[in-house]
Amino acid sequence: MGVSRRDFLKLSGTTVVLGSLGVNLDPAKAYAQGLRIKNAKQTTTVCPYCSVGCGIIVYTENGKVIQCEGDPDHPISEGTLCSKGSSIMQMANNDTRLLKPRYREPGGTAWKEVEWDWALDRIARLVKDARDKNFKAFSTIKVKEVQPDGTEIEVEKQVPVNRTDAIAHIGSAAMDNEECYLIQKLMRSWGLVYIEHQARI
Amino acid sequence: MTNHWIDLKNADVILAMGSNPASNHPVSMKWIMRARERGAKLISVDPRFTQTSAKADLYAPLRSGTDIAFLGGMINYILEKDLYFRDYVVNYTNAAFLVNPEFKGPADLDGLFSGYNAEKRSYDKATWSFQKGEDGLPLKDPTLQDPNCVFQLLKKQYARYTLDKVSSITGTPKDKLVAVYELYGSTGKPDRVGTECYAMGWTQHTVGTQNIRTMAIIQLLLGNMGVAGGGVNAMRGESNVQGSTDHGILFHILTGYNPVPNASLFDLATYNEKTTPTTKEPRSVNWWSNRPKYMVSYLKAIYGDAATKENEFGYAWLPKLDVGQNCSWLNLFDKMHQGQFEGFFAWGQNPACSGANSNKTRAALAKLKWMVNVNLYDNETGSFWRGPGMSPADIQTEVFMLPCASSVEKEGSISNSGRWAQWRYKAVDPPGQALPDGEIMNELYFKVRELYLKEGGAYPDPVVNLTWDYGEKDASGKVKHINIHAVAKEINGYFLEDVYDTKVDPPKLIGKKGALVTSFPSLQADGTTSSGNWLYCNSYILKDGKEVNMMARRGKDDKTGLGLYPEWSWCWPVNRRIIYNRASVDLQGNPWDPKRPLLQWNAADKKWVGDVPDGPAPPMGTDGKLPFIMKPDGVASIFGPGLNEGPFPEHYEALECPLEENSMSKQRINPTIKIFGGESDAFFSCDLRYPYVATTYRASEHWQTGCMTRHCSWLLEMQPQNFVEMSVELAKELGIKNGEKVVVVSGRGEVEAVAMISERFKPFKVADSTVHQIGLTWHFGWQFPEDGSGFDSANLLTPNVGDANTMIPESKAFMVNVRKA
Repeated sequence: MGVSRRDFLKLSGTTVVLGSLGVNLDPAKAYAQGLRIKNAKQTTTVCPYCSVGCGIIVYTENGKVIQCEGDPDHPISEGTLCSKGSSIMQMANNDTRLLKPRYREPGGTAWKEVEWDWALDRIARLVKDARDKNFKAFSTIKVKEVQPDGTEIEVEKQVPVNRTDAIAHIGSAAMDNEECYLIQKLMRSWGLVYIEHQARI
Repeated sequence: MTNHWIDLKNADVILAMGSNPASNHPVSMKWIMRARERGAKLISVDPRFTQTSAKADLYAPLRSGTDIAFLGGMINYILEKDLYFRDYVVNYTNAAFLVNPEFKGPADLDGLFSGYNAEKRSYDKATWSFQKGEDGLPLKDPTLQDPNCVFQLLKKQYARYTLDKVSSITGTPKDKLVAVYELYGSTGKPDRVGTECYAMGWTQHTVGTQNIRTMAIIQLLLGNMGVAGGGVNAMRGESNVQGSTDHGILFHILTGYNPVPNASLFDLATYNEKTTPTTKEPRSVNWWSNRPKYMVSYLKAIYGDAATKENEFGYAWLPKLDVGQNCSWLNLFDKMHQGQFEGFFAWGQNPACSGANSNKTRAALAKLKWMVNVNLYDNETGSFWRGPGMSPADIQTEVFMLPCASSVEKEGSISNSGRWAQWRYKAVDPPGQALPDGEIMNELYFKVRELYLKEGGAYPDPVVNLTWDYGEKDASGKVKHINIHAVAKEINGYFLEDVYDTKVDPPKLIGKKGALVTSFPSLQADGTTSSGNWLYCNSYILKDGKEVNMMARRGKDDKTGLGLYPEWSWCWPVNRRIIYNRASVDLQGNPWDPKRPLLQWNAADKKWVGDVPDGPAPPMGTDGKLPFIMKPDGVASIFGPGLNEGPFPEHYEALECPLEENSMSKQRINPTIKIFGGESDAFFSCDLRYPYVATTYRASEHWQTGCMTRHCSWLLEMQPQNFVEMSVELAKELGIKNGEKVVVVSGRGEVEAVAMISERFKPFKVADSTVHQIGLTWHFGWQFPEDGSGFDSANLLTPNVGDANTMIPESKAFMVNVRKA
């Protein structure tokens, strides 16, 4: 009978008699109970780096990540992780994370911290102004038109394009699928066609 | 990936070319090594002896940018030695099709195909077509003998790729070429299978798409597509670049790979008519004939009740490109450099380090009126205005830096390279005031919409009609917080009315109004269903009266023993783990290789057993359907007229290369690439100032521009700064010592790096001369570490020239010089 470390921890947390294993688990059980993850909540996630999609268990206590490790139940990664995947605790607990919106005014030489509402109001205003000023409702295309005598001639036609070429957007392959769906929906509703992301580079 | 990560274990030969999985997809190596434990062989083909090469049974070096020559030689070898899988080739590819007799190829036209227009740098593809019979079907010669059949034209094209010629171009010793060709060619037998793993090493070239197509041709000749242990497998670089592409964050595609409309597709009827392929082949499934159902279901998802039959489901509200307008990355930054944009969102991206020719990108950012950068950390893009050489007081760009949540601070799904959409749960709240990306979008949606409702403005219809029903609303009607499950369900889609199958009598109810759609065959073109992305239809379903998030599943059953794990997460399409899997069986529906039965036809029950089949139709030998269901002809394209540079791949040199001539033909470079002509778009070939070939790559410890990993002290300690790797021979010529600081210079910029002198690069013998190649990581940037000790981005060196089809920049083959710092 094979016992993974995680199974072992699950087992060791119960009162199941493990005599069938033929080993004395008491010392290991005592060790597990002394681990700092013993009261932690487990949450499963998938690594945010490359595209293998390795499983990770995030251990949290009092709203803080205290440990991350490979998910042994995950069929692709089977509990293993590379150096990057092993480090995601440092992504959650990091002194250099941005904590508040920042703003840099034209010609400014330093960042200023600003309130979310102010920043989002200002961005919404800039989006609307750029869109309204640079909205292209129609383009001219050439289409073939059949004449009464059956011949075809090329004629110009005005067709709706309803877009703006004054705003561009890139990103992001780092977002969840649901967010990717939302961003393309939102940006296209504003009339953007310059929409790109990491897949192109 | 046509297959998936665990499936690597089923291969007999694994070719890692254009990729370095041991360094860049480390956990995937587990499955490659598992295959080796069974006796499989690993081949590594790379300019540098990589960590993957160190584990390989066979390593062959090649000069960057010569993959088509290398693989063209393999096609020649396979055909000369009769190593191809004849039954597969005749029945499942277009090898037997007869091509227009007017068609001419590089063997006739010195490197060009018929129809080239030098002025436009493009082809008239009229002759790249098939001869058709009175029934409208392509004429065929199943004996493969007709001189105009695809098979004979393929032979003619690659007969020129002799061992001597290939070796003189690639710099690969001839004995290594033969060893690779023989070993990989051994998988043409029905009971042997080979897989290919590629990454940016193949895409980041001016001939990137054709690199991959050359391999696709090889895999088709050997019968390695659609089978367990086979496929052409893109090892993608980002955790969700598969999903972000599936969801259409690109200028040319909407969700589910439906094309973005342009001005010539001015109404929905025209869009459907022009973009929906038709076929006269009665045995072709021609899946894309369903496009109108997917398009209308998408419009219903995004515009809801406002989308009606009368207004073409809001089709007019979608922005349309001008005919020929290409908004891809390099063009986008070129237009930004010209001052076209007022505003720019760089959302979860760091283009100041990630795009080719970073100096041009950084200069372009300074032309913006405003920019929004959403990220976990400050970075070289958000802080471009205080970067090297910038004068902040002169830069008028208004910049917003918005803090977002990391992957463990929110809930949602991501899709890996194997197309598995896996659900992630929230473990903790984001730090400080950081918000999940979805919440930032929620705020912007309502704020912009409110301005339009209050003030009016240019064409408010698409802004105000967009659906956004994602959870509890406050008194003003604003969604308080995005319920991500509501978004996932919208992507999957709903029955908007009771929907009946009217093909049976009496009509049978297939979905009740308000229920989640079970799978995309139920989607309709009349507005009675919605689906934000048809490809993800089946990811969140109604089962036994309960809504089930298929992506969150953690079942471990593996009935086939092939590692398909059909109950773990969910994969598109409809949980089919290996696509084109009907090509894994013979005409009677029996697996080509009984040891690896991916699918098998059960004649008694009249159904397929194994993976989710590519449709329920019986096998070909009865009254079945052709296996390549996305192709109008129903077969795979050895002759592929869809690409810009020709129906067969041909070797061309990189835009910047060390050779004055392409020894294959008079065409030195890809004749159809776009060359930007501005001052900041410089390139230099065979220029003494830039004598060495260079490439970029990644190290295990960092990710992409390093924006996320440079901030992790454990990772930074292991890889603290930019390095440039070079051969012992070159270092000796330049008098550079290991560990010494050097400057690498290209026609576009320069970057400091530490010299890493190793045996892993060897000088190449190319056309009787010696060519040196170097390589750099591209994980670093000036902004962090703040003391500049990591140096700056290797993309300061790379050229902003793109592949002729995708416009992916040529970051893997360019010319540089190296000097002591």
